Amino acid sequence: MGLFYLFAAVSVLASLLVIAQRNPIYSVLLLIASFGALSGLYVLLDAPFVAVIQIIVYAGAIMVLFLFVVMLLNAPHEETEYDERVHPLLRPGPMRFGGLLAIALVLELVWALTKGGESGPFANGAVSSVATIGRLLFTEYAFAFEVTSVLILAAMVGAVVLARREEWR
Amino acid sequence: MTITPILVAQIVLTLFVFVMLLNSAAIMVYVERKVAALIQQRLGPYLVGPKGMLQPLADVVKLMFKEELRPKAADAFLFALAPIISATCAFAAFAVVPFGAETTFFGLLNEPIKLQVADVNVAVLVIFAIASMGVYGIVLAGWSSNSKYSLLGGLRSSAQMISYELSYGMALASVLLVGNSLSLTDIVNHQAGAWWHVLPKWFVFVQPVGFLIFMTAGIAETNRAPFDFPEAEQELVAGYHTEYSSMSFAMFFLAEYINMVTVSAVATDLFLGGWHGPLIPESFGWIWFLIKVGALLFFYVWMRWTLPRYRYDQLMAFGWKILLPLSVVNLLVTAAGVLYFGA
Amino acid sequence: MPSLNDYLVLSAILFAIGTAGVFVRRNLITILLSIEIMLNAVNLTFVAFGRALGSADGQIIVFFVMTVAAAEAAVGLAIVISLFRHKESLNPDTFTELKW
Repeated sequence: MGLFYLFAAVSVLASLLVIAQRNPIYSVLLLIASFGALSGLYVLLDAPFVAVIQIIVYAGAIMVLFLFVVMLLNAPHEETEYDERVHPLLRPGPMRFGGLLAIALVLELVWALTKGGESGPFANGAVSSVATIGRLLFTEYAFAFEVTSVLILAAMVGAVVLARREEWR
Repeated sequence: MTITPILVAQIVLTLFVFVMLLNSAAIMVYVERKVAALIQQRLGPYLVGPKGMLQPLADVVKLMFKEELRPKAADAFLFALAPIISATCAFAAFAVVPFGAETTFFGLLNEPIKLQVADVNVAVLVIFAIASMGVYGIVLAGWSSNSKYSLLGGLRSSAQMISYELSYGMALASVLLVGNSLSLTDIVNHQAGAWWHVLPKWFVFVQPVGFLIFMTAGIAETNRAPFDFPEAEQELVAGYHTEYSSMSFAMFFLAEYINMVTVSAVATDLFLGGWHGPLIPESFGWIWFLIKVGALLFFYVWMRWTLPRYRYDQLMAFGWKILLPLSVVNLLVTAAGVLYFGA
Repeated sequence: MPSLNDYLVLSAILFAIGTAGVFVRRNLITILLSIEIMLNAVNLTFVAFGRALGSADGQIIVFFVMTVAAAEAAVGLAIVISLFRHKESLNPDTFTELKW
């Protein structure tokens, strides 16, 4: 139980800091920390394959992509017509409204989820091995698996075309 | 938590692995300089200690006494964090590598423990995951130094590492098809014995192309020659660790050598039969393991001082256009073979 | 032992944090990062339910969600790069050409 609270606290804290940081590089690094904590939670949920895939794909590939883009753009921090000294989360107008909406959302969700009555601890299910997942992927979900490969191909082509510099002849 | 002999043995084993990795980095420093010298027909270190064997000690002492510099415009937190990430990932990857058979240490323990810090049943994937985390040390080092050589070197080096991770993973996948398990201990135990009592059942004989792809991708992953353009002295001053000095620089060096040791150890476990070998009883199998890892490390050093360096675009073209299709074809052929011969 | 409710509440909190990020922040990259937080919260819900119901389907869906998230991050970042090239700014409030 202690491990659950530790990982949960790390992921929530890191996510809060992600949206509160001005510097986008720190945001990306904090999100990586949050993903690491989530990976620990997946291990607690008897899903070692998903935990390792989370590190390989999310923390190891997608976040590297984000980091490269942040470094490539070398973007200045957010400047708006608002006063630079006021923290982004405290600015008036749409931001306060957005913050209020988010708080309302979290209250609603927590209410909806805990209204269903207390559920007991997990049943002692077997640990899903990688073999089980592999078998399912190639039999029941084979179509979705193949479609995913086409999706990735489309995303690759799209990303290359979109990010290319236009050459004016 | 009761203090059982098993617990004590495991803690001692963990510390032992840590210390031995540090030692191996020191030994690699010496081996590299001596072998480089002999290849280049000169003597190498010979003053410090017998045959120059205390040279790494002298290097470490020198590095510890150097001044720790930090460029003023560098981002302090990231500048300090980057070598820590590199070194931590290098050490952590070795935690799931087994280096010997189960042993009871000659009867001191009641039941055998595995010579492995953590026996995870997805060990192969864990190594891959930690290798992909090691990219961050380099890219953050390049960025936080706030200097153009570092940034270019860091970006190039990390782009190279993530490109060659794909072929690395495909070669791993081909071994998984043959070995039928994700746990390194199981894969090694698959390779016990010999065919016709002569040819050991190592996977390198079943998967020769896979072994070559794995070693090539491993050399590129660890940024060693001939794939070390991002840290080449002639081109980029020193790449991503230009601005680092003293112990931070030492951490990067340490991370590089330990990554080499890890790649060699994983290749030994996957392809060369781990700790199985003729003439030595099973409980001393770690001797064979050391011999095989030593041979692969010698191969690493030999490659560095024999082959010329690839230019960066040649390197990336090789990784994407030659090595990746080759590894995919290898995977397909392996799958066909497993299907036909029934493993 | 954590129960299913604990995991669901945690993922609800993470989802709300992601939503707050999308509403409040005025930096395109941080908005994309908040979307990733939301996707991860959803992944956690799936895995938790999969474990509670004893089926591996939760993990399969997570596999697909991760793939889709990767594809979307790649394309989203490519769009951000081309937008930045156009206007040298990452603030969504500067891209107002389609406003009427």
